[in-house]
Amino acid sequence: MTTGTIRLNGNDVEFEPGQSILDVARDNGIDIPTLCYLKGATPTGACRMCVVEVAGARSLIAACSTPVTDGMEILTDSERVHRARKLNVELLLASGTHNCLTCEANGNCRLQDLAYHYGITDIPFSITPQPYPTETDNPFIIRDFTRCILCGRCVQACNEVVVNLAISYGYRGADSKIVAGTDVPYFESDCVFCGQCVEVCPVGALVEKKSRYMGRPWDMKKVRTTCPYCGVGCQLWLHINKEGKIAKVTAVEDGAPNKGRLCVKGRFAYDFIYSEDRLTTPLIKENGEFREASWDEALDLVAEKFKELKEIYGPDSIAGVSCARSINEDSYQMQKLFRSVIGTNNIDHCART
Amino acid sequence: MFLCIGTNMTEAHPVAATFLKNAVLNGAELIVVDPRKQPLVSFASLHVPIKVGSDIAFLNGVMNVLITDDLYDREFVSSCCVGFEELKAKVLEYPPKKAAELCGISEDLIREVAHRLAAAESCMLCYTLGITEHTCGKNNVMSTANLQMLLGNMGMECGGVNPLRGQNNVQGACDMGALPNVFPGYQAVTNPDARAKFEKAWGVKNLPDKNGLMIPQMMEGLVDGTVKAFYIFGENLANSEPDIAKVEHELSSAEFIVCQDIFPTETTRFADVIFPAAAWCEDDGTFTNSERRVNRVRKVSEPPGMAKPNWWIFRELAKRMGHEWSSASSQELWDNEVSVLAPSLAGIKYKRIENDGLQWPCTNEDHPGTCFLHQDGCFTCGLGQFNPVDWTPPAEVPDDEYPFVLSTGRRLYQYHTRTQTGRSGMDFLLPEETADISPADARKLGIDHDEIIKVRSRRGAFEVKANVTEQIPPGMVWMAFHFRDTCANWLTNPVYDPDTMTAEYKACAVTVEKL
Repeated sequence: MTTGTIRLNGNDVEFEPGQSILDVARDNGIDIPTLCYLKGATPTGACRMCVVEVAGARSLIAACSTPVTDGMEILTDSERVHRARKLNVELLLASGTHNCLTCEANGNCRLQDLAYHYGITDIPFSITPQPYPTETDNPFIIRDFTRCILCGRCVQACNEVVVNLAISYGYRGADSKIVAGTDVPYFESDCVFCGQCVEVCPVGALVEKKSRYMGRPWDMKKVRTTCPYCGVGCQLWLHINKEGKIAKVTAVEDGAPNKGRLCVKGRFAYDFIYSEDRLTTPLIKENGEFREASWDEALDLVAEKFKELKEIYGPDSIAGVSCARSINEDSYQMQKLFRSVIGTNNIDHCART
Repeated sequence: MFLCIGTNMTEAHPVAATFLKNAVLNGAELIVVDPRKQPLVSFASLHVPIKVGSDIAFLNGVMNVLITDDLYDREFVSSCCVGFEELKAKVLEYPPKKAAELCGISEDLIREVAHRLAAAESCMLCYTLGITEHTCGKNNVMSTANLQMLLGNMGMECGGVNPLRGQNNVQGACDMGALPNVFPGYQAVTNPDARAKFEKAWGVKNLPDKNGLMIPQMMEGLVDGTVKAFYIFGENLANSEPDIAKVEHELSSAEFIVCQDIFPTETTRFADVIFPAAAWCEDDGTFTNSERRVNRVRKVSEPPGMAKPNWWIFRELAKRMGHEWSSASSQELWDNEVSVLAPSLAGIKYKRIENDGLQWPCTNEDHPGTCFLHQDGCFTCGLGQFNPVDWTPPAEVPDDEYPFVLSTGRRLYQYHTRTQTGRSGMDFLLPEETADISPADARKLGIDHDEIIKVRSRRGAFEVKANVTEQIPPGMVWMAFHFRDTCANWLTNPVYDPDTMTAEYKACAVTVEKL
């Protein structure tokens, strides 16, 4: 395969070796709809939404899984292409229950977008009821098989992106289902609850349980931040609802260093900040019991005690441990307090433990 | 190629592990050196199950083969390093036979590792606390650096010695000078020029000129009375330090303890005053990750009740002790103080890290940041210094009375002392601690999976559920410190690396009792 030229919707465009039709089209600003395509994973061509017309080919072919070759003539916008895509959407809508009213994905659903794009109001096929019950037995991920379009993005993400190897296609034909292990609930399988499957699900088949009924996508504000757990420093989108609360966490798609990936803690262990156990007022111990105090009283007490100890025993009688969980600015400020105000280098943190 | 030694990345740094697994799927080779058959092992082409605490013997053995079989990078060693003859003399004392005996593995495996490392175009060495949490932790680190320099695997994108930092901002807390020997940006407190610079910046005179105490020394000072007051900011020392009974004796010996935290913890029980602090998402700021990348953290809600940002609390204390500080937000602290005072951070300003962060060194505002250090073998200190080191055993090794080695670490579904994950629903996935033991030992002791057993060390004992798993080699018990009543730190040994004062969490002797 070499660099060359193809004719794309009547225009000559260049391509690089190894590029798919989809890659070249997107590089040239041409939108080809996809459902199963997952960047960074092997294209499967499963959903057939990205079909295009290639001169000389007997049938329409999938743009995501077909490499371009020199001289190829491709139409992405023909009537034949759009007819096939629309039919595809109609078939998907007929498989299972695609009711948007209370679907968490409403407003953030590729299938809904495509149905709207193609103006589909009636589905010309009978709707096939979907036989598998919804899985709700864990606190983090809901698997609603009635909404699953079997695009396989979750399988690709699990096996090729995060390589947790927990889910795959199960059964055959009309019985097809995305299964964990030998078709057991996530909780009983090798699933590590990283939620990458939820992140890539283009419909409402996989949703975060904690975010249910917390708000609609169009009401959310997205704020970028850094994960508070390990030292990888994953970049997160906090989805903040109208009440100002975190409704869910997703990964920043192309952000360094995590490139759209998260783990179980980064994605699901964020709501400790709303715990009823939070310390909300300064506390002073008296006769072995804590009592509430004002900031002035607590701060004055500590400042006076430090001044007194410094005066009697010298500054090195005071020692402090900073926090490796908090922000840089806090550690800077604490060492500045110890060095420049108290007058000691007795400042450390848990790097050594 | 990757050489992962003492790093259970899949559980402790799960997202980093995904990239490593991607590389393996794309054909990269992975060697895992770890006593346990931990999850990364299923992706490895070689698993080297060395005995706990035998890392230096293993690495010296590998270097012995590299030198005696003339497999090392002669050009890199001669042009970029010093001290080779001393290293050679030392590792020649560790022929594969001797190293293999110390490590409990075969000679052939040591030779195989050496030959595979030498054949690889480059190799990235990753380690975590399996290397540092030993009484020989510093020497362990030196040894990994010796190996990578000997192989010429330094100063390149897919090489180097890569410690994976355990907490979100442990790198940053070091960078900020929350250490007893350095100001922000690793400027030594013993250096008069550095002191003069900070005295001028902070408007003070006579900054202290000798290194301060490290955490274990501080806590011992509480008992001997040299340390009267202890200010604990966001640390749950009563669970996280080795030998909880000793730690609690130390904390209860203090004249005055201030805790600043977001939750009541086992440690705040010992406080005289508790300051309620803002948590993640309740303040703007920055974290610095394992790659030295300074990333933004953003505020989305107010702290609850009267809780305040931590920097505000320190500023108020300074004011009440006679010092008015001008910076009144995280951005002012970073842009006007930190990045001005720490040369390696000089080019990092909030406006530059709105999206992706920048990796230090980043010395001016046009600098793109530094992806990897020591490029082209140009070490920060000039030439790379080989530091030959001898293997030393853990301070406490199994004997007739305590025949098992206890090693500790982290599990995927909880984080440290569970102050956060215990309040985020993670207990569903991991509701309790277990003592992980090998099927062979379980059979020998007549212990069933999930049976309650007693684990005892010279420091403490508790009952806990046995987890009989192939991950664990015979002779080992493995536990974490996430749950209070079954916290491994009731058992761990409060002995430390003499230089770093890092505790030997990875090795102590215990006995396992069937009830």
